[in-house]
Amino acid sequence: MFKYYGKYAPYLFLLPAFVLLVIFFFIPFFQTFALSFNDYSSSIYLPIFVGIENYIKLFKNPVFYKVLLNTFIYLIVAVPILAIFPLFLAVLINQKIRGVTIYKILIYLPVIVSIVVAAIAFKWLYAEQGILNYFVTMFELEPIGWLTDPNWAIYSVIIVTIWKGIGYYMIIYLAALMSVPNELYEACDIDGAGFFQKHLTVTIPHIMPTIALVTTISAISAMKVFAEIYVMTKGGPLNSSKTIVYYIYERAFENLDLGFASAMAVVLLVIVMAFSIINIFCFERNKYQI
Amino acid sequence: MKLSLKNKHYISHIILITVSLLSIFPFIWLISTSLKGGGENIFAYPPVIIPKDFTWDNYIGVWKRVNFIGYFINSMIVAGGTVLLNLILSSLAGYPLARMEFRGKKISFFAILATIMVPFQAIMLPVYLITLKLHLTDNISDLAGYLGMILPFAVSAFGIFLMRQAFMGIPREMEEAAIIDGCNVFQVFLKVLLPMVKPSLAVLAIFTFIGSWGEFLWPSIVLTKENLYTLPVGVNNLQGMFSSNWRYIAAGSILSTIPILIFFLAMQRYFISGENEGAVKG
Repeated sequence: MFKYYGKYAPYLFLLPAFVLLVIFFFIPFFQTFALSFNDYSSSIYLPIFVGIENYIKLFKNPVFYKVLLNTFIYLIVAVPILAIFPLFLAVLINQKIRGVTIYKILIYLPVIVSIVVAAIAFKWLYAEQGILNYFVTMFELEPIGWLTDPNWAIYSVIIVTIWKGIGYYMIIYLAALMSVPNELYEACDIDGAGFFQKHLTVTIPHIMPTIALVTTISAISAMKVFAEIYVMTKGGPLNSSKTIVYYIYERAFENLDLGFASAMAVVLLVIVMAFSIINIFCFERNKYQI
Repeated sequence: MKLSLKNKHYISHIILITVSLLSIFPFIWLISTSLKGGGENIFAYPPVIIPKDFTWDNYIGVWKRVNFIGYFINSMIVAGGTVLLNLILSSLAGYPLARMEFRGKKISFFAILATIMVPFQAIMLPVYLITLKLHLTDNISDLAGYLGMILPFAVSAFGIFLMRQAFMGIPREMEEAAIIDGCNVFQVFLKVLLPMVKPSLAVLAIFTFIGSWGEFLWPSIVLTKENLYTLPVGVNNLQGMFSSNWRYIAAGSILSTIPILIFFLAMQRYFISGENEGAVKG
């Protein structure tokens, strides 16, 4: 095909997007590193270069380890559930049964509703004399301090994240299930395979790439949780539900300790980038082929 | 025959009905609380789902004290502006990446790809400092406040790649025919290519809208004035306003959800068809 555009045309088309990406992405990206080498705690207008002192402070801070541990708990609890349970639901919905659209709409509803409303709704369920504790006391157990007991708070918050994510991943799985050739299932039926045997031998191997994709994207979003924690617990009690992003927010915007917060942000950046690189180069390759 | 088919699937139905109920139960309980009058104990054991002292008063009360229309308009402006800019900038940038050969194409491509890997939460602090420096905050003017909420999200790698993919699917003959007819490159883009990628533009618009509508972290960082609050920020603020008046908090939360619920039901096929797999950002 002949070249019908001028020499500068491609750059003109790219320019507006790149101006915004430079201002709101590339400059902040490098500035995050720069900020992390400065101390702002005496004045936010007169930073003092302190080298890696913020990182030393960070690694000596017990809250940092608590926050990392909480993020780790988030990962090991939320990710397996979000990778497996929506797949199970998708398999159920993918059968030729009635009411599929209604089920999909209802299960997808939490995805669409604002996380703030979702967190408020759960806060109400978790209230000390709330409906959940009614069921707990029904079994003659002590009421649980869902959001006030340091042993429970993080799990109560994780439940909200899981509840809000199920529908989203279920739809991703449904799309993947459509690509499984029907003949394979028919062969299973002829061999007399049961429900679980059929899906273990055909479905799961066939959609393994999607399972891997869901695992990494749910891991990435688990590391970015903020609103649930902000609305329900503010990271408490005793830092028991504080995760990386909430800690960055707190140190930056409440304590104005920009250097320390940026060192923390660099840690988040490194962890998330590692997951993203795996995701892009292993599971979403075709989407980003040049 | 029909009956036996139903029997075969009854376990699936039981599971799916249970999960569906669990998905909406938190809202049902919130609605129930919002409709209970002062004469009814909202902490009653056993819990009562159908209000005994039924009333709309909580809705009226919270409506009078909270500027929901204002929050709604602010959310519309921010989400609308974000969608519009994303459509324009993503299609402009996606076109040369899909259709043109030029120096630096590979670098541009990987630069955009890099932005996917870095979470906004990790760079939000410098983004905030830059927004302050550019005077894009609500203490300068309302317009500056809106721009401060819109511009950091005005273009996304997701949008650029989506549009690039869409342009790549158009047969090259379309452009050739237009050039022979005397169009220049901008006319080719505007009059020939853009109309052909409308389905992708719709997908981009819908998912950008949902993302922007629900955004909480960034507005809660940049906003200082109540008159620019978006719905999520306003709803979060209900907790402080009505401290433990759960009837009002519940009514306010439900009110704020109505617009997006209507939007979702009208557009549901885009969300649940599975064709746009992975379109929402996590």
